Amino acid sequence: MREITIGQYIPGNSAIHRLDPRTKIIITFAFMVLLFVIDDFAGYAFPIIFIAIASLLSGISVKYMLRGLRPLIVIIMLTFVLNLFMVKGRVIYEVGPLNVTYEGLYQGAFMVLRLVLLIVGTSLLTLTTSPITLTDGIESLLKPFSKVGVPAHELAMMMTIALRFIPTLMEETDKIMKAQMARGADFSSGNMVKRAQSLVPLLVPLFISAFRRADDLAMAMESRCYRGGENRTRMKTLKMTRGDVFAFVATGFLAAGCLASRFLW
Amino acid sequence: MAAEILVEGVCYQYPQSSEMALKDVNLRIKKGEFIAIIGPNGSGKSTLAKLFNGLFVPTKGRITVDGLDTRDKENIWKIRQKAGIVFQNPDNQIVATVVEEDVAFGPENLGVPPDEIRKRVDEALEIVELKEYAQKPPHLLSGGQKQRVAIAGIIAMRPDYIIMDEPTAMLDPVGRKEVISTVKRLNKEEGKTIVLITHFMEEAVEADKVIVMSEGRVVMEGTPREIFSKVGKLKAIGLDVPQVTELAHRLRGQGLAIREDVLTIDEMVECLCPLL
Amino acid sequence: MSIVVKNLTHIYMPGTPFESVALMDVNWIIEDGEFWGLIGHTGSGKSTLIQHLNGLLKPTSGEIIVDGVNINERGVNLREIRQKVGLVFQYPEHQLFEETVEKDVAFGPKNLGLPEDEVTERVREALDLVGLKYDEIKERSPFELSGGQMRRVAIAGVLAMRPKVLILDEPTVGLDPRGRDEILGQIVRLRERQNITVILVSHSMEDIAKIVDKIAVMHRGRMVESGTPKQVFKNREALASIGLDIPQVTHLMIKLKDKGKNVATDVFTVEEAEAEILRAARGMGHA
Repeated sequence: MREITIGQYIPGNSAIHRLDPRTKIIITFAFMVLLFVIDDFAGYAFPIIFIAIASLLSGISVKYMLRGLRPLIVIIMLTFVLNLFMVKGRVIYEVGPLNVTYEGLYQGAFMVLRLVLLIVGTSLLTLTTSPITLTDGIESLLKPFSKVGVPAHELAMMMTIALRFIPTLMEETDKIMKAQMARGADFSSGNMVKRAQSLVPLLVPLFISAFRRADDLAMAMESRCYRGGENRTRMKTLKMTRGDVFAFVATGFLAAGCLASRFLW
Repeated sequence: MAAEILVEGVCYQYPQSSEMALKDVNLRIKKGEFIAIIGPNGSGKSTLAKLFNGLFVPTKGRITVDGLDTRDKENIWKIRQKAGIVFQNPDNQIVATVVEEDVAFGPENLGVPPDEIRKRVDEALEIVELKEYAQKPPHLLSGGQKQRVAIAGIIAMRPDYIIMDEPTAMLDPVGRKEVISTVKRLNKEEGKTIVLITHFMEEAVEADKVIVMSEGRVVMEGTPREIFSKVGKLKAIGLDVPQVTELAHRLRGQGLAIREDVLTIDEMVECLCPLL
Repeated sequence: MSIVVKNLTHIYMPGTPFESVALMDVNWIIEDGEFWGLIGHTGSGKSTLIQHLNGLLKPTSGEIIVDGVNINERGVNLREIRQKVGLVFQYPEHQLFEETVEKDVAFGPKNLGLPEDEVTERVREALDLVGLKYDEIKERSPFELSGGQMRRVAIAGVLAMRPKVLILDEPTVGLDPRGRDEILGQIVRLRERQNITVILVSHSMEDIAKIVDKIAVMHRGRMVESGTPKQVFKNREALASIGLDIPQVTHLMIKLKDKGKNVATDVFTVEEAEAEILRAARGMGHA
């Protein structure tokens, strides 16, 4: 579990950490779109330079970010192998009925690089932005859409509460599991059906507890005058600074490079 | 407009229940007082807490906070700002993933401007002595610390009344002491009116006035000394008295000349010294 | 049945930035039939310690010997150990999950693979031990009971395993004074009836001083005191320095003694204090 770096936040105070979360979310999206604009290897130079600079500024090494790939290694391998065999063209090597083609090799490597950059780019967002700031950013970006029925505030509140209660419920799971094991329960042996059944003494108390907590929390929130997003202010308001302007300018260069590589070269 | 919480002839019945949880309760809580409400489980004390700021509304009778009737929907947010509740389970009342964000939750709901919230949050954390924990995630705090975060979250709303619904029931002795000393400070230094619901008698001893509840009714009301001198009556309800108070009571029964209203060890030593 | 804890050390998440020492070189001998109180603050290591006694946690180093068997050796049947050493967690009512009280209490014995009639027999016995009437309560949902009743059903769920050692982690937390006295009373009676070894974990000296034979004190992962209440309370200053209070009446007697009064200080209950003060007062011709 400790291997997973995607979705993990590394506290810090770097230039990248200090960027407005909205800036980072927008740029991450732009980055993802631009990756799909690129159509040859040379074009990848631009996002690679972009990531390298961002990584340097954030103080989080590329190596650390690449560790986040480990749990996804299967997907990456699969992408490569599928491309390798499925793309038709000049045959380099034959394995039974399957042909490895030059075009397949090229396409496979190309797709893998795109996937890797995609993952590294998004993990840079989550590594440098705390979940709560990220939530604030999403709420703020979705706000204009609340007029057309997007529940921006409610979504953000749900995310915050989920984040708040994950550690509490994990602790609780551990406790209930041990309590049932003390009564002779066995969670780790037997076939699939047996194992699924053995989860009942764990899941029922967990659900009951989650409902009780939800009930308590709703009452506490109401008591503290919570009545949805209307007329609500925030202690921390998001503000764009000069750093954000720089970030957008840099993204402009990235976009120009990627588009040039596709349409001009 | 009277600066007080007034409870007049209040009855309350839970929706699915056939029995009244509160039966004709009358109380007056004046601004600045420190009141303890004690009673065994099921005596209606937690129900009463939730009636004070309109989370529940009386089935019969009425409750007014500074003259505002809790049954009137117009008043409800004003009342909840004036009278905040700290609940029993510290885990289930903290909303945010960072301490200071949670303290800001109440003022944010009230629509207070950002700079003013910042000021209130810093002040509130100062009062509960958790300034250095402002950036910590709540789940890494001890029970007593979490409960103080909850108190700070209420203080930041600038209430006049703070109602505490068994805030120490789930804490260990260290956490209990932290919370009680915070509560005393809020009353003495910040001038907040405190209603402390508890079943720990040594906490009730600290209050100006003790109200005893049993089976949905207020059965005794008085200073801690008056209340705890009635050892037999409290025991019959299912409550405790401090060990020394009980000892004094027993020794009197054996014919020793000892005051009825002994509350502390030192008082007891004073009483016993001439006799031994 | 005896339990011997030898040089037990437990480190959480060793080799990570979150590494923390929960237990440090703990030695403890629990003889057959003894009644122990285990005291300490939150985070002192007492919960970690008791979870070693039935193999829920594995020691980083050291040994746990239950009835002569090192329970962390290969081939030891942990289910058998957990049957012998029953553990009731804090707020045990949170583990209830079945539709009826009977089914819930039967969970443990069923896991032991016992025949139907034996299971029923044990459920009846366990409910009786916690003061609940089998015929009245067996068909009820555990979730519609009062808080105190739920807790007793949960304790019965462990008793139905017929443990030889019963460990209870803060069984009275959150209960009102009457509920607390009822549970403590039942534990005392249970021990007399079943003649089992009991370990009671608590924050409150006042609660346990009057009922246990021996007290062990945990502080920062170490066992700093163990012995009879009389022996342990002698080190009043040491206890006070780690923030543990001795019972109010014991404190009173010590203060009287300090004033030069002729009273015994090994007094832990109101009844004992009453008798002792009356004795001293009569000596002075006051009563």
